[in-house]
Amino acid sequence: MDEARILSVTGNLGYGFPEKSLLEGASRNPHMIGADNGSSDPGPYYLGSGQHLTKREQVRRDLGLSLAAARRLGVPYVIGTAGTAGGRPHLEGFLDILDEVSKRDGHRYRLATIQAELNKELVKKAVREGRVRPLGPLPELTEQMVDETTRIVGQMGTGPFVNALDAGADVIIAGRACDTAIYASFAAYKGLDMGLAFHMAKIIECGAQCAIPLAANDCILGTLRRDHFELEPMNLDMRLTPTSVAAHMMYEQPDPHHFFEPEGMVDLEASHIVSLDPRRVKVSGSRLVSTGKPTIKLEGVRLRGFRTIAIAGMTDPGLIRSVDEVEKRVRDGVARLVQGTLKPEDYELRFIYYGRDGVRPARAAAAPHEVGVVIEAIAATQQAANTVLSLARSSFLHGYFEGRKATAGNLAFPFSPSDFEGGPVYEFTIYHVMEVDDPDGLFPVDVREVA
Amino acid sequence: MSLERDALPNARGDRLYDLAEVLRSKNAGPLLITLDIILPDAGTYRRVIDSEMLTPELIAHLYGLPPADVQIMAFAAANAIKITIPRVGPTSGAPGDRDVYGAQQHVPLIDIRIP
Repeated sequence: MDEARILSVTGNLGYGFPEKSLLEGASRNPHMIGADNGSSDPGPYYLGSGQHLTKREQVRRDLGLSLAAARRLGVPYVIGTAGTAGGRPHLEGFLDILDEVSKRDGHRYRLATIQAELNKELVKKAVREGRVRPLGPLPELTEQMVDETTRIVGQMGTGPFVNALDAGADVIIAGRACDTAIYASFAAYKGLDMGLAFHMAKIIECGAQCAIPLAANDCILGTLRRDHFELEPMNLDMRLTPTSVAAHMMYEQPDPHHFFEPEGMVDLEASHIVSLDPRRVKVSGSRLVSTGKPTIKLEGVRLRGFRTIAIAGMTDPGLIRSVDEVEKRVRDGVARLVQGTLKPEDYELRFIYYGRDGVRPARAAAAPHEVGVVIEAIAATQQAANTVLSLARSSFLHGYFEGRKATAGNLAFPFSPSDFEGGPVYEFTIYHVMEVDDPDGLFPVDVREVA
Repeated sequence: MSLERDALPNARGDRLYDLAEVLRSKNAGPLLITLDIILPDAGTYRRVIDSEMLTPELIAHLYGLPPADVQIMAFAAANAIKITIPRVGPTSGAPGDRDVYGAQQHVPLIDIRIP
């Protein structure tokens, strides 16, 4: 094969691509269609809870249209990081939607599913053997930390996808996967240049986000040849320029010239982007450099407790000046009231003051005319969090401060009830890489016929 | 109440916020924040680079980090400069984090003056 035309449907299946763009893409006779369905961006909650960021109705719409296009063309349809986080419950939830859509539309195909959830014993063995190291500012992994982890996934590379393609899969649904592997695997399967393939995959995995105007929820076609690739947005109102593509290469990447995959480092120092016409660009010069032993990126989260929050506003100028004083009294009051049931280390209480320094420190010392407060309680059970939040909210509402004039209440609540249960709260504790001899062996491929 | 650190209050020139076409921050994974400054043309890009205003020391000061934690990379193909720093405090979405996607962490850069 000297040319692989690969259609990326969207940056995240469920975000809602225009049907017209998909039809345009299908008219180019792609050899493969792909879509990403996950990311660690929405935070640790999804990996921990098993929940999906995109809702069933959203995915059903996008999957229905794109699966029908792939089946009409008779080409492989590859979806990576199913269900936001790509663990076992995410994959199962996604397959349930696939099943519904397939039955509804009467599709018949060979389905490959690839698990990405990792056994804790396997990770602990790697820890004992010194094969795990942190990616950035996290502590070294210990066996105890692995035990405390709710769920661990590994990011699969191209290998498991190639195995599925070799098995004749028409549809591949993978758990946690490198975004690039969704698309680069087809190049590996066909024996094309992997430096160019990874670079192209890195761009098209975000849908048409590299286009003008940018849109993660639109289709883009990548055409990979022996010594270059071409990109074209499938929305005919969008265009690509060398600058728009280069700018996208920086997006959410720590380094614009290099990125790392299980297969090695992709070196873009010599990449060259030229304009072919007002809507298309051509890219050459990207290289894959081997980095020695293969590594797999691990993601894991730990349960921190359960959350309850309340949201309210403040406008009284005296109150806004004295918020820190009120907060201190509330903290002391809550500690006193839960004494006997909860020790100070049994709960977390936070006050976020939007309009003052909720996101970043203030840029001027002048007092704002309104401040919004989010009161957050986290404790070992939902009930304990509800209790702590309720005490904090009522103490804040009626809290005293020097010079208080509005003695009926300090908080303007927009809602009744004022308190909202947030459910379980997780945090990333594993974001490490693990050296492995056989990375593909971690991601078993299951093949079956759907009729 | 804490105050944002000042970007060289006595410096003269145009604000980075006014010069840049794109000035953004975003997670690069749950542990890092990456800041992109995309200038509208090669001339403005050269001007910012040649001013030598964007130093690890200044970025470290603005974000309250040691200079060794600041990585600054010029990217001529996009007329852009990329700065990558570790998250200070909780990882993305952990209790105490205030910006899960890291999308509003560029503001300390906006008042940097380019002669």
